[in-house]
Amino acid sequence: MAFNDASPLVECRDLRFGYGERPILDGVAFTVPRGKVTALMGASGGGKTTVLRLVGGQVRAQAGQLLFDGQDIGALDRDGLYAARRRMGMLFQFGALFTDLSVFDNVAFPLREHTALSEALVRDIVLMKLNAVGLRGARDLMPAQISGGMARRVALARAIALDPELIMYDEPFAGLDPISLGTSAQLIRRLNDTLGITSIVVSHDLEETFRIADQVIILANGRVAAQGTPAQVMASDDPLVRQFVHAQPEGPVHFHYPGPSVDQDFSAGLRS
Amino acid sequence: MSNPLARLGLGTRTQLANLGRGARLFLRLLQLAGPSLRRFGLVRDQVHFLGNYSLAIIGVSGLFVGFVLGLQGYYTLQRYGSSEALGLLVALSLVRELGPVITALLFAGRAGTSLTAEIGLMKAGEQLSAMEMMAVDPVRRILAPRFWGGLIAMPLLAAVFSAVGILGGYVVGVLMIGIDPGAFWSQMQGGVDVWKDVGNGIIKSLVFGVTVTFIALFQGFEAQPTPEGVSRATTRTVVVASLAVLALDFVLTALMFSL
Repeated sequence: MAFNDASPLVECRDLRFGYGERPILDGVAFTVPRGKVTALMGASGGGKTTVLRLVGGQVRAQAGQLLFDGQDIGALDRDGLYAARRRMGMLFQFGALFTDLSVFDNVAFPLREHTALSEALVRDIVLMKLNAVGLRGARDLMPAQISGGMARRVALARAIALDPELIMYDEPFAGLDPISLGTSAQLIRRLNDTLGITSIVVSHDLEETFRIADQVIILANGRVAAQGTPAQVMASDDPLVRQFVHAQPEGPVHFHYPGPSVDQDFSAGLRS
Repeated sequence: MSNPLARLGLGTRTQLANLGRGARLFLRLLQLAGPSLRRFGLVRDQVHFLGNYSLAIIGVSGLFVGFVLGLQGYYTLQRYGSSEALGLLVALSLVRELGPVITALLFAGRAGTSLTAEIGLMKAGEQLSAMEMMAVDPVRRILAPRFWGGLIAMPLLAAVFSAVGILGGYVVGVLMIGIDPGAFWSQMQGGVDVWKDVGNGIIKSLVFGVTVTFIALFQGFEAQPTPEGVSRATTRTVVVASLAVLALDFVLTALMFSL
């Protein structure tokens, strides 16, 4: 793997996915280079989280391929998929910590499940990982006793416990105060660089995301609307991308959910 | 959706799909017997959680059912002048029938609901998804130990229920009514067959343990990951498990009579 570093770690080829009639991904194609932070942005409900679920093999695409290190994730059987997942870490939006286990046991969970390490070694690794996210002192707390931002950092320690090659962050900044937000962003960047891993960050937060990302991909209407360095995407003259990166309320993406027109809806109320 | 035929079709298809998912989950849980028993610590924790914490309700219920059996049994038997057979009547009623059935109903309410709510809330909190993403199979790690734990706990609880119930019958029959204690115990000892009577009860409690635990796990696993979905699933656990226990009890009793 280390020898063909030029090949992307994750590659989407013409991915199509939808729930029922409504397509969410309609021919999405992009690559995630190794060792970089790739940001996946776009409006809510635009399929960003779906892409993460496809990479993790939790859902399967209706058409197209998703390659993880050259393997088609959608074509793997259970054992193959679990082998691939052991090389990934995923940070869920609200951490998804096991509420019946302490912070320490949460981080130790993947180690105890997948390795036969002695408890002394597990302890050292867990404290190292907790130290990396600044929560070594919180090891004995229960998930209910820590804040949302801390829970996500614990989840991050748990996600890197088995030294994955890829980490996926689902909305790591949502609902964080400004201090935690800055800390989290720098943590993502630092972990990426010091551990030499590849990161995919799904986020709405333009400022923080653009600051830490090497590559930005903007999804809109089920397709990739823009892909490039933050500066390139900022300078894009595509109206959709401009609306998104400059946070304009109206544009190609509408504020109103599709439905009957205002006239139809309200005049109907007057008549009856 | 107003077409009744279409509704019937959709309903049938949904139920069939449910049945299929249920059957597949059940088979996987059976297949996971080996891995579960190899990590027996996980199963032991569940036996403790499901069994030990249900002991109080099982013991108290067993005692009162025994009291009532003593009174009602005496009322019937003394008409035929055979009130010294009270010990036999109490023991047979409990071991063959009331022990397994009432324990299973209480188990559904006490342990089944907690299983459904636990699994449902783990699903709602994305804990099961997180586990999958750590390459840990939630069916193997979470559901299977609970399934085998419930299967072990249920017969033990039914045995406790019957034992406490017999003591209750003794308190009412011998200490309160004044039946001869020698007759009470010797009739019981002579009349209860280890294989036919106690064996029947054990088979029943095992079947009920599988039924209640599986229904509780399946409802939790299939729950909509919302507060409303989890509450509905918990209710369904009690309703479906209770009905299944009563229906299965009839089937099992009929089968065992014909043997």
